[in-house]
Amino acid sequence: MNKIANKQVICEVLMEKAKADKDVVVLCSDSRGSASLAPFADTYTEQFVEVGIAEQSLVSIAAGLAKCGKKAYAASPACFLSTRSMEQVKVDCAYSHTNVKLIGISGGVSYGALGMTHHSATDIADIASIPGMRVYLPSDRFQTRKLMEALYQDHDPAYIRVGRNAVPDVYTEDNCPFEMDKATVLGEGSDIAIIACGEMVEAAVKAAEVLNAEGISTGVLDMYCVKPLDTEAVIKAADAAKAVIVIEEHTTIGGLGSMVCQVIAANAPRKVTCMGLPDAPVITGTSREVFDYYHLNCDGIVAEAKKLLG
Amino acid sequence: MNLKANSYRLRQDILDMVYRAKTGHIGGDFSVTDILNVLYNKQMNVTPENFHDPDHDRFVLSKGHSVEALYAVLCQKGFFPREDLLTVSQYLSKYIGHPNNKVNGIEMNSGSLGHGLSVAVGMAIAGKMDKRDYRVYVVMGDGELAEGSVWEGAMAGGHYKLDNLCAVIDRNRLQISGTTEYVMNQESQEERWATFGWHIISVDGNDVDALDAAFEEAKTVKGKPTLIVANTTKGCGVSFMENKAGWHHKVPTEEEYQQGMAELKEKEAAANE
Repeated sequence: MNKIANKQVICEVLMEKAKADKDVVVLCSDSRGSASLAPFADTYTEQFVEVGIAEQSLVSIAAGLAKCGKKAYAASPACFLSTRSMEQVKVDCAYSHTNVKLIGISGGVSYGALGMTHHSATDIADIASIPGMRVYLPSDRFQTRKLMEALYQDHDPAYIRVGRNAVPDVYTEDNCPFEMDKATVLGEGSDIAIIACGEMVEAAVKAAEVLNAEGISTGVLDMYCVKPLDTEAVIKAADAAKAVIVIEEHTTIGGLGSMVCQVIAANAPRKVTCMGLPDAPVITGTSREVFDYYHLNCDGIVAEAKKLLG
Repeated sequence: MNLKANSYRLRQDILDMVYRAKTGHIGGDFSVTDILNVLYNKQMNVTPENFHDPDHDRFVLSKGHSVEALYAVLCQKGFFPREDLLTVSQYLSKYIGHPNNKVNGIEMNSGSLGHGLSVAVGMAIAGKMDKRDYRVYVVMGDGELAEGSVWEGAMAGGHYKLDNLCAVIDRNRLQISGTTEYVMNQESQEERWATFGWHIISVDGNDVDALDAAFEEAKTVKGKPTLIVANTTKGCGVSFMENKAGWHHKVPTEEEYQQGMAELKEKEAAANE
């Protein structure tokens, strides 16, 4: 089992970039430890800005730095970064169009028993609804690296959500196909298309294996680019299948499922089941316990697939 | 340039803009006019020619609703042609009712209060990182000081000892619902900011010479950001608008427009004598 969390990979990539590029700047809100960015803060002291527990100024200061030519990476728990700083994200990053990359760490329910204050179950809806903001949820450490390398090359604001803990690999070092803003196709299916993002991709891949073994032809899309959504891939996958399942570590209101449904309804109408977190504070437990409770796992997907096919 | 006369000249453009557009925040425009006039015409190293040069001085209008005053100053500096002023707040115009950086000369979009100071802190930190000599200026309203995010920025500015940063409070003592002291007490800003590690200067914010001296003093301060409490008069320059909360965003009638314009012309002429 992989022991390297996606956020650690983000730190590695930023350290590699910072070494050659003095304009790479990381900002934290007393979150360098939880963001796994302490090595960066210790090594590149001149390129690190601590703002204290102040997520609003975290984002505004990042925008000011970016306006003066810096590549600003603001890392803070996804729960606070997405909602407490939302106004600053809207005005100072998106509307003012500054090169700020917002790293939402410990996203979704990965803070587990810390409760709803620390869960970011609405961050996709919150940030994706802002004109000019992009939203990315990489599925594993290899994809996280590819994504961060790609984001380093551009000058637009973006929000990246990663979890707190190491997650199972979906890809390998040698086999991690990645094209920016294009979903990664992990198999095609003529019965079921599963569209997943973030940590749910692994469950989707496992479910597809089970379903394919049972003769139900199932494909998987790793939609790490929630916005801009790869609509072409969604339409292609839906066209090929009889029904679609969307699964995300997010409320089913306004997240990946909602966006996929809009595309499918307009372009390839068929039944869609949206799997996600409830419109309520989630139960107490670890990520895994929460996922299992709400059937956001391999068995849950398999059951929904069979239900969809009648 | 005769800065004093120019302040009245700029106010005529502002009055024109608000009267034509039938919208705008003329009271705060008039209180902040002298501050912008001194910054753009005396203090700041910023021109249309050097605006994309990394060494130019930065300005953020955190009280974004006073955008008409900024348009007047930027237009006079040559950032855009005078005929553009005719389009302010008109259908499809890029000259909207708050600053946006589609307009030449504007760095950051504002309008949502409480953002500008922290943005300016980021700009000042960038200047320190790159060892550049530019200075960063930000103007806030006094009603704006009720925004908690202002104090996050104040804390960071003091913590990082940003002596390349100068914040100005347009202390006109009025906001939309009445006096600042009625709405949310903003007395003793000098003491409040001093405890956050700022150098404090308190001046008559409608006196161009006093403002100029304050900005000069700020440049000499080392190891601390400077806060200038600019004690201003809302509606300054037009007798019937002065110190009236109602003129926060009231649009003048034709008669008021004529009277206001006559007063401003008279004051411009007197300042030129």
